[in-house]
Amino acid sequence: MSLDKSEVQKIAWLARLAIDEQDIPNYSVELSNILDLVERMNSVDTDGISPLAHPLELPARLRGDEITEKDQREHFQKHAPLTDEGCYLVPKVIE
Amino acid sequence: MHQSTLAQLSAALESKEISSEELTRLYLERCKKFNDSLNCFITINEDEAIKKAKLADQQRAENKHTALTGIPVAQKDIFCTNGIKTSCGSKMLDNFIAPYDATVVEKMNAAGFIMLGKTNMDEFAMGSSNETSFYGPVKNPWNTDYVPGGSSGGSASAVAARLTPIATGTDTGGSIRQPASLCGITGLKPTYGRVSRYGMIAFASSLDQGGPMALTAEDAALMMNVIAGFDERDSTSAEQQVDDYTKNLNNSIEGLKIGLPKEYFGEGLDSNIAKIVEDGIKELEKLGATCKEIELPNTELSIPAYYVVAPAECSSNLSRFDGVRFGYRCDDPKDLSDLYTRSRGEGFGKEVKRRIMIGAYVLSAGYYDAYYLKAQQIRHLIRDDFQNAFKDVDVIAGPTATGTAFKLNEMIDDPVSMYLSDLYTVSVNLAGLPAISVPAGFDNNLPVGLQLIGNYFEESRLLNIAHQFQQATDHHKAIPEGFE
Amino acid sequence: MEWETVIGLEIHAQLATKSKIFSGAATTYGAEPNTQACAVDLGLPGVLPVINKEVVAKAVKFGLAIEAEIPPKSVFARKNYFYPDLPKGYQISQFELPIVSTGHIDIQLEDGTTKRIGVTRAHLEEDAGKSMHEGFGDYTGIDLNRAGTPLLEIVSEPDMRNAKEAVAYMKKIHSIVRYLEICDGNMQEGSFRCDANVSVRPKGQEEFGTRAELKNINSFRFVEQAINIEVERQIDILEDGGEVIQETRLYDPNKNETRSMRSKEEANDYRYFPDPDLLPVEIENSFIEQIRGQLPELPDAKKQRFIDEFKLSEYDSGVLTAQKEMSDYFETCVKAADGEAKLSSNWITGELAASLNKENKDITESPVSAEMLGGMVKRIKDDTISGKIAKQVFEAMWNGEGNADSIIESKGLKQVTDTGAIEKLVDDVISNSPDQVAQYQAAPDDKKGKLIGYFVGQIMKQSQGKANPKQVNELLRKKLKI
Repeated sequence: MSLDKSEVQKIAWLARLAIDEQDIPNYSVELSNILDLVERMNSVDTDGISPLAHPLELPARLRGDEITEKDQREHFQKHAPLTDEGCYLVPKVIE
Repeated sequence: MHQSTLAQLSAALESKEISSEELTRLYLERCKKFNDSLNCFITINEDEAIKKAKLADQQRAENKHTALTGIPVAQKDIFCTNGIKTSCGSKMLDNFIAPYDATVVEKMNAAGFIMLGKTNMDEFAMGSSNETSFYGPVKNPWNTDYVPGGSSGGSASAVAARLTPIATGTDTGGSIRQPASLCGITGLKPTYGRVSRYGMIAFASSLDQGGPMALTAEDAALMMNVIAGFDERDSTSAEQQVDDYTKNLNNSIEGLKIGLPKEYFGEGLDSNIAKIVEDGIKELEKLGATCKEIELPNTELSIPAYYVVAPAECSSNLSRFDGVRFGYRCDDPKDLSDLYTRSRGEGFGKEVKRRIMIGAYVLSAGYYDAYYLKAQQIRHLIRDDFQNAFKDVDVIAGPTATGTAFKLNEMIDDPVSMYLSDLYTVSVNLAGLPAISVPAGFDNNLPVGLQLIGNYFEESRLLNIAHQFQQATDHHKAIPEGFE
Repeated sequence: MEWETVIGLEIHAQLATKSKIFSGAATTYGAEPNTQACAVDLGLPGVLPVINKEVVAKAVKFGLAIEAEIPPKSVFARKNYFYPDLPKGYQISQFELPIVSTGHIDIQLEDGTTKRIGVTRAHLEEDAGKSMHEGFGDYTGIDLNRAGTPLLEIVSEPDMRNAKEAVAYMKKIHSIVRYLEICDGNMQEGSFRCDANVSVRPKGQEEFGTRAELKNINSFRFVEQAINIEVERQIDILEDGGEVIQETRLYDPNKNETRSMRSKEEANDYRYFPDPDLLPVEIENSFIEQIRGQLPELPDAKKQRFIDEFKLSEYDSGVLTAQKEMSDYFETCVKAADGEAKLSSNWITGELAASLNKENKDITESPVSAEMLGGMVKRIKDDTISGKIAKQVFEAMWNGEGNADSIIESKGLKQVTDTGAIEKLVDDVISNSPDQVAQYQAAPDDKKGKLIGYFVGQIMKQSQGKANPKQVNELLRKKLKI
């Protein structure tokens, strides 16, 4: 499997990662090498094998519907990059 | 005093041979003295540690203490610590002061441990050499030209150099066991779900597990008694009853059936390492264990499957680092996309970006079945291999790592070779099993670890075997030159 | 060419729980920004979700109400995309294994027939926060109070063929979730909102046309308007030889138009995968049966019961059972009216509904309680007051002047039933109206009914409406025969 420049750019955008134009060839080689490694999986036939998402196949434990959290806005926002009137700020979004 | 185990320190504190404050100062001095050369701490928590130590002495004076009250510890910088920087080895969180304590931290604080500081690690626990840290590489105290392993390299190096009596680590693909092996200490990766993941910054949620990194199996057992157990804040934590991990330490291992996977002793394993590991296993035979060759036929596939599952989960887990609510934010973002791409592009290091991109790719439309689903199927095969093996044997033994520590910068530009060096550790994570690495000897003055893998929730048995091994051997007592 | 419209709806119903779906933060509406966003809702590093049992119970309740299958196992998955009001960079939702499988509901069409609409699935997910684009200068403000609020997304089959059917479907789902008390149904606060998938195709063609998804419509009226305007737009495009493109569009009620939302289009590769922080939810039969036992009488069943038990028309019964509070009001009223159902129904769907409508009030805000209205109906039934006088009584009750009996008493509205007194009135009017008497007596029998109205009117006027109209009629007929 080899990823070309446009595929690297597409993935980088999907993951919202700015990468330098000059680094793309390098990423392209490295990611392709990793995918080659990953593709060794194809050496085994897994037809009919159920996927295992968790090692311990247990059901979820559900919690009761109780309010256990109190307002900690100030505490949480103390180190936030940019806030105003209790809101987190991002550059204006145009919908 | 700094060469003591937890049990010895506990006795010294109990007999008033030393106070917690004296002990804490002693270790803090060592941390400060050696951190320049080893770089194993990102944060040294001096003032707070001394304050807590004084409080511990008071609690001891008032008889309101546990056996561990006043004993210093180091926390891997992946665990959130309220009011203290929690960087996860990343520029992304260089300015992040965690607003809460991880469950592990909360439990250790409650038991009276004194936190000396936060240990260095590979960025977001992604690495096997501790070279991906934003804070620079950690050095191996056995030879500072060499890496300590990763990702819990700071903890391993600090324990080996006796800068802390014990430390926490986390293990997603070998991150406790491999650095333990490379630094000559004892590291236990518990069963998935045994130790709460709440407050432990997630790398790959279905693989991550926290555990102790210690000088001895007995010390690891003492820490496990504190940190193991069900946590209602972690949906994946097991409701299974917790053992007293010290209870069986002194049991005989007479009659123990050990499986030796032929895949763990094949090509790819350094012959010197093989010899040391085999000697270690002979030692266990002398103690009454019997050995038998077994097969784990899908071992080879564990690395490819791991490098799908772990990046997929990490690409999603690390999406929350977006420069909006906490952590790094780029300067003067011109719009929302710019805020996202630059904050993430500048805040994450190269290895993290590689893994995020691999993860995004394998989950993307059209590739899910070929990669992610396939990897989860292989995961099933790997778990079944282990379960078949455990029908015949009690534990599985083999090397922890393919070699001893390698030189700094030796593999940094070759991620695939680095990934392949995790051959003996990652399948344990895919299956969710417990495993321990114990010092088994030296090759060229660099430590070699013996790995023991147990069935689910058999930490007690692993600790028992490791303890018996350490009663019969001295490898774990060796101290790197210059750190005596 | 003749076109056929195809509509499918995705309704988001906010489940009425005290705490959020994956955290213990409160779900109360309208709090100060970010005061109800806890560490888990903010997606702080290291936090983990834990599923709220009540959310699962409410979803199962809905499933049972629409006769859907409840699969034994359901799985939460991550839907990955970046948006500032989505704190973790993914939404925890359900993808392959939803909590509720295929079900259906019946809707009433305007011609009185019933149509069955399929529900493909209903799945649980967490709501996102809110982005505020005004008031922060060059910035958008993010409030994450709503993040993590439990939503049940109810996905219909593309079974609806016009906007009216879509509205009927939405109203029916609204009615059901309110009956079940799993959602407060408040559309202004966004607790009940919908996306509509709309396409058109030449009549007779089997294949669906390309659809547009209309986002976030929060009123029944807007659903109808948005669909109609979108259908018009698509037909215009097709008739001009163009092609409809698959996209997300936003309905603007002010301009009554839909417009493309390009910002939502960028991230269409959601990279769904099972959330590794959560284990599968397993639903045991005993749990389902326990919830089945808690199911209330649902609108369709109640409607049939009203028809059978109270002999109401299908139409009236439908109106009275559409809203649970309305049906409760009716039943309380009938009880207070000693079982007088028909009159109670007439008064509720007539005078009361008109008054509520005029003041834009909901039945739950009615100044006239069900007991009060029933008390009045009782007085109509036992001839204490006439229907006409009752209007005065109702108005007085509406204005807070007390209950029916006290108003009748204080205003002296009691009907005159004393035969002697009425006879005197009748005699007076007959003797004062010789011309009308002659006209009446000369008229053929089939015209007499109309002419008698004059005398009744006069007598009622004289009695200020209090004479018993039935008695007046009987006496007049008797006396005018001579």
